[in-house]
Amino acid sequence: MDIVYTIWLRNMKRYLRSKSRIVGSIAMPLFFLLFLGVGLNSVIQLPGLGESYIVFLIPGMVAMSVLFTSVFSGIQIIWDKQFGFLKETLVAPVSRLEIMSGQTFGGATTAVFQGALILILSVLVGFPLSNPVGFLIALAFMILIGISFTAFGIAIASRMEDMTGFQLIMNFVVFPIFGLSGALFPISSLPAWMIPLTLLDPLTYGVEGIRYGLTGVSQINPLVCGAVIGGFTLVMTILGAFLFRKIRI
Amino acid sequence: MTVAIHIENLTRRFNGLIAVDTISFDIEAGEIFGLLGPNGAGKTTTLSMLSTMLKPTSGSATVNGIDIERDEDGVRKSIGIVFQDQSLDEELTAWENMDFHGRLYRIPADTRKQRISELLRLVELEDRQHDIVKTFSGGMRRRLEIARGLLHHPTVLFLDEPTLGLDPQTRNHLWQYIATLAKEKGITIILTTHYMEEADRLCNRIAIIDHGKIIALDTPQNLKDGIGGDVVTIRSPDPAAIIRVLAEPWITRVEQHNDDVIVSLQNAEQHISTIVTLLNTNQVPIESIAIHKPTLEDVFLSFTGKTIREEEADNKANMRMYQKMVRH
Repeated sequence: MDIVYTIWLRNMKRYLRSKSRIVGSIAMPLFFLLFLGVGLNSVIQLPGLGESYIVFLIPGMVAMSVLFTSVFSGIQIIWDKQFGFLKETLVAPVSRLEIMSGQTFGGATTAVFQGALILILSVLVGFPLSNPVGFLIALAFMILIGISFTAFGIAIASRMEDMTGFQLIMNFVVFPIFGLSGALFPISSLPAWMIPLTLLDPLTYGVEGIRYGLTGVSQINPLVCGAVIGGFTLVMTILGAFLFRKIRI
Repeated sequence: MTVAIHIENLTRRFNGLIAVDTISFDIEAGEIFGLLGPNGAGKTTTLSMLSTMLKPTSGSATVNGIDIERDEDGVRKSIGIVFQDQSLDEELTAWENMDFHGRLYRIPADTRKQRISELLRLVELEDRQHDIVKTFSGGMRRRLEIARGLLHHPTVLFLDEPTLGLDPQTRNHLWQYIATLAKEKGITIILTTHYMEEADRLCNRIAIIDHGKIIALDTPQNLKDGIGGDVVTIRSPDPAAIIRVLAEPWITRVEQHNDDVIVSLQNAEQHISTIVTLLNTNQVPIESIAIHKPTLEDVFLSFTGKTIREEEADNKANMRMYQKMVRH
């Protein structure tokens, strides 16, 4: 556990030092909120889903923030590989599982923190957050998204040689995961052919879970959400640990 | 003398390419041992196997009596390593890099703090200890890496090309550190280098490695003595004639290398006039003539028939060919 903590601690120090990264990664969800939320608020009617589109959108943006930060944190292992630091960790008398766990918790922590920042900013501009239990439920879902997608990033990074594939992964894997998740629109309003795709996306259950916690309304039973995202977290952690174990430098 | 490292028929292949070819030797505890050879000779691969980063294809080795394949963690705990490429976290301070390492090796907090201060003082980085590594020069980074490698009190320290890419002044400085370290801490140091001067100045014993094979192993002095005295290099448009004329009993060896003829003999200063007279009487033209004490470069040349630089060029060409083969 001390090794996991050590690696986690390094991640925290690096995160807190990179102001530009903190600001940079809250910018995108914030702009989405501003342009889509404010822009479409008066146009979009959401029957039976809370009062306004912007309230519907906020949980989606929290999830987006957690998603992007966590995948990015996981993929950061490639930087450690390129800058040589990974060698220092790998040659120490510690197990790869400990290193991987530390990296995962580190990434998840920063991701949840980023998500919380969006939430705090939303509350400051008037998002109604009155139910503490609901908040805890949302937090639990944020943690699960954070862990699963950091592990997902580590799994990808373990198979990548350098950063050249990074943009490809972001555009063709991470962005579709976000787009299909129902962070921007209610699933029920989708055409019939698209609904199964959305239901295959693990993030959908994360978004719905957070939405249930924050607004009290969701289109998927929160228990189902918890089970799916929990299972996904488990699978990703095992996959990440397995691929990281085989990493060559 | 106790043996710190025992290597027996150690071999490593990469897809048919032999990087390290059945090498065997012992390194004694407390010595500075150099692996000298051109780039691509197999030095780093050997180090990677000894530090358990890479599995041998065949053969075996022990470090501090611990088998490198059977007990990886045991080996890792007892060694320190400074890699060829930098392996610091540039976003952290010098102290934090040390602290991270100390925690990874599970050094208790009190001891950790004390040793970090002590080592940072040793490598003269104490006044910069809370600065981010990004702001450090190449020499400072190297010193920090060496200090870090010593933090968990290893009995064996591996240094892979410790002065690569550093300016001559910093290099000199670093050599002093390494020599002091070996003396004061009594640890065994294994360093790889392709700088002849570095091997000569620092190492108690040197293994010359080329194409994955150990071609010579001895103290620098013995290796140089093996040349057979001083070295006289004669340049002439007719090298064959020099070799013919200089077939004298007081000359140990005459060899042609490119346009030069390399002559080995004892007390070259006394014989130089005789050599010139001999060549003149036989009407062999001389473009230039030079005497020097034998260096490890001469040793390498005499064993491989090539200078280390020529060998490196060859290795690079091979590597390119190999990469092309793999790609297609």
